[in-house]
Amino acid sequence: MKKIVKYILLDILRNKIILAYTAILFVVTFSVFSLEDNSQKGMLTLLNLVLFIVPLVSIIFSTIYIYNSSEFIELLVSQPLRRKSIWLSLFIGISGALSLAFIIGAGVPLLIYNHSVTAFMMVANGILISVIFAAIAMVAAVSTRDKAKGIGWAILLWLYFSLVFDGLILFLLFQFSDYPLEKIMIFVSALNPIDLGRILILLKMDVSALMGYTGAVFKEFYGTQLGLIISFSVMLLWVIIPLLYSLRIFNRKDL
Amino acid sequence: MIEANNLNKSFGKLKALNNVSITTGAGQSIALIGPNGCGKTTFIKSILGMVVPDSGTIKIKNQNIKANWAYRSLIGYMPQIGRYPDNMKIGQVIDMLTDIRQNTIAIDEDLINAFSLKKLYNKRMGTLSGGTMQKVSASIAFLFKPEILILDEPTAGLDPISSEALKEKIQAEKQNGKLFLITSHILSELDELSTHIVYMQDGTIMLYKTMEELKSTTGENRLSRAIAHLMAKTAQ
Repeated sequence: MKKIVKYILLDILRNKIILAYTAILFVVTFSVFSLEDNSQKGMLTLLNLVLFIVPLVSIIFSTIYIYNSSEFIELLVSQPLRRKSIWLSLFIGISGALSLAFIIGAGVPLLIYNHSVTAFMMVANGILISVIFAAIAMVAAVSTRDKAKGIGWAILLWLYFSLVFDGLILFLLFQFSDYPLEKIMIFVSALNPIDLGRILILLKMDVSALMGYTGAVFKEFYGTQLGLIISFSVMLLWVIIPLLYSLRIFNRKDL
Repeated sequence: MIEANNLNKSFGKLKALNNVSITTGAGQSIALIGPNGCGKTTFIKSILGMVVPDSGTIKIKNQNIKANWAYRSLIGYMPQIGRYPDNMKIGQVIDMLTDIRQNTIAIDEDLINAFSLKKLYNKRMGTLSGGTMQKVSASIAFLFKPEILILDEPTAGLDPISSEALKEKIQAEKQNGKLFLITSHILSELDELSTHIVYMQDGTIMLYKTMEELKSTTGENRLSRAIAHLMAKTAQ
């Protein structure tokens, strides 16, 4: 398994798109901090960029990479290897490369300008988001043989998590504004890893007051040690569940 | 060595394998023939575990291959159309496979030398011609001295010299008691290479006989004639 991961990692790290992605993250992070004299403000700008670009690049790149590796997968499947270890190696290779790109591109400059707990949280968050969307991409890519369809699904999933979901939440909040929804919102926010990430960072930055009463309830829950542990576990579930689901399909798939 | 029992596989409405059962032993060289789309490749891929049959069992050396993976070290497979990662070089593919297999036995480079592939080790797989790709596939199939060799249209696309080299290699390994499963549409070639004939049609095995039996029952001494004779009979 280690050997397959090695070959996949070497292959991805030579990929120009990953190099460009790292460079863009690097330039963006540096410029955000040099534009703002207050690093807190810079963090906020960066947060929005990270929560927008990272899921997009992770899910699209991973989906396309898995489709392009179909030959490689076929070659490996005819060898004495477990299907499980082929699939998991692919996942580890892709998510490892994406995380590495994020750490070098955004993590390093971020920690140079700001080494608060929030900055560390942001790096951890970015890595988790990269890994989560790589896992979701595995589901999109294994579900259909048609490359265009698979990539289409990946884009739709990204749209759902970064735009549609928030729209739905707003809609629900307005529709049921007469009811106390704050507690339910805590649960609903766990249904979207991007939102979960955003809340965690915003609470650490003490701008939760901007979120009104909901912000206060969030702070009460996510601000505690237990809330933090729970929310990180939920994010890990966002990695494990799609990954295991895609593995189940892959194990029974005809190649 | 290969024992298939009541294999069934459908792709949507198409029944690719319909109650296929067969038992083969070491030292046999089985020619798998039949019209296009009769289920030959599906059968081969089920043996390799690349296609999962809907029902039925396959045993290799008395091990059920379902949810098993180690048995694949016994098999060398040459696909009909080799598909390799485009940006890997020939040498890298071979190194990687050797690396993954961790074979303790020395590897068999006869075909690599016969095709003089070493000169091309730095070429990327994406730039290779169909014939060169076939040469790589053939070399990989024989590389780890497997006991079972499955060759899906081995000589399609090979030039006459290389195809002769491959046939010589098959003959030599046959003498070593390996089990061969070869599909091809070139019957004259199967005539010299195989000891048994399996004829498939619409996902079922219509016939499984030794070469001598087939020739004596049909009264023809060339395989192509014998098969034509047989097809004419089934058509009636």
